[in-house]
Amino acid sequence: MMNSPVSTMKSPMYNNDKNPTTGQYWRIVRTIIWKDINIEMRKKTLISALFIFSVMVTLIFTFALDLDKSTRDNVAVGVLWVTFVFASTLGLNQTFANEKNHRSLEGMLLSPIDYTAIFVGKFISTYIFVIIIEIIIIPMFYILYGIQLFSPLFLLIVLLGSFGYTLVGTLLTSIAIRTQVREIMLPILLFPVSMPIIIASVQCSNAILSGANWGQFSNAFNLVIVYDIIFIGVAIMTFDHLIQE
Amino acid sequence: MLRTNSRLKLMTVSSLILIILSIYMVLIYAPREVVMGEIQRIFYYHVASGWIAALAFLVTLITSIMFLATQNERHDHVAMSSAEIGVIFTTMNIVSGSIWARPVWNTWWTWDPRLTTATIMWLLYIAYLFLHAGLEGHDRRRHITAVYGIVAFISVPLTFMAIRIWRTIHPVVIGSADPDAEGQFDMTARMTTTLLFTVSTFTVLYLTILWHRVRIQSLFEYMSKLQYQMYND
Repeated sequence: MMNSPVSTMKSPMYNNDKNPTTGQYWRIVRTIIWKDINIEMRKKTLISALFIFSVMVTLIFTFALDLDKSTRDNVAVGVLWVTFVFASTLGLNQTFANEKNHRSLEGMLLSPIDYTAIFVGKFISTYIFVIIIEIIIIPMFYILYGIQLFSPLFLLIVLLGSFGYTLVGTLLTSIAIRTQVREIMLPILLFPVSMPIIIASVQCSNAILSGANWGQFSNAFNLVIVYDIIFIGVAIMTFDHLIQE
Repeated sequence: MLRTNSRLKLMTVSSLILIILSIYMVLIYAPREVVMGEIQRIFYYHVASGWIAALAFLVTLITSIMFLATQNERHDHVAMSSAEIGVIFTTMNIVSGSIWARPVWNTWWTWDPRLTTATIMWLLYIAYLFLHAGLEGHDRRRHITAVYGIVAFISVPLTFMAIRIWRTIHPVVIGSADPDAEGQFDMTARMTTTLLFTVSTFTVLYLTILWHRVRIQSLFEYMSKLQYQMYND
């Protein structure tokens, strides 16, 4: 527990040229992930806040849509994804919050490391938080609405869908923190960009849970994968330009 | 760039003349469509504004990439100006389509794939303009909006695929027609001429507005530099 992030950063490990070996690169990524998880394990604010938030969103939908047995089956998957999206967006808003509040982003940028390692580290730590939230939400949906959600394919599409959403979200959060109104700016930037992966994930989830065969949702499934791949490329290529200045 | 430009004046005057000619072409030269009647004439401007929107966003993409590659601030001016014009033309495209759809589809709006894609594209570039307005510092703003300009353009074809059910009620006049489309018609020779004319008119108009807008932006930044110098002396 006392293995604080600072002590793992032994400076002789890093060259001053920004071309570390693969091993060093992942070491930096691991350090950043571990730092975020460590902070969260001590503060315990993010996960608990997101949990309460998700419960409330679910409750609001239950009453707003009057989810009785007949309508439930049609809209539950949509409600589930909206809950994911809202919770992830709140989580994303906190991605760079520690760095922003304590002005430590400058410190990270000054250290002789590859900037994309910062992005990859930040993305993976956010993705871990999103997955934890999903692990909480899915059983909750199962208990409250009695929908069988534990199909491996469905869980896979949840992982792939939130992968793309968190990926683009992390990229756009690093944009949003530069503006005056960052909490409002993130959804404005992120929702239209992430529309394709949300639409495809909802289509896919609906098809899987209603027992459709592969041919009926293969297009949507492929689109989720294509989106993930394209935005990995875009994020890696553009993050340098975002963070540099 | 900074002085009044005779070529720009020529462009402005010629786009004015072309617009007047295109009004004549659309309202008088083009024949009346048999089934839909006069409302079909909106089609010429609808297609032209849609084409300009796509062109404008493509220009934003290309100049954004060029800006990140070369760091030349001129590219950033073009990217931002083009996105602004694109948003205006997308709005025209959506509004004209909606007016046409009221009598033909019997509704102002429907969540057809084509319409949904257009709306998302519209929102993406409005977000782009928001971002441009919300960022402080010239250098920071240029880098960040350039990245968003690239991200925004990529998500347009993806959205198009995401909701692409092969049946759409939106008519496809150019190329193969979908039997499910409502408001389908075949173009006569005069209609084709009119369409080509309005599309070229709008392209000239787009280039003219773009030129004006880039010039205003350059002047604006030149002025900021002068002000900065003045206050620091």
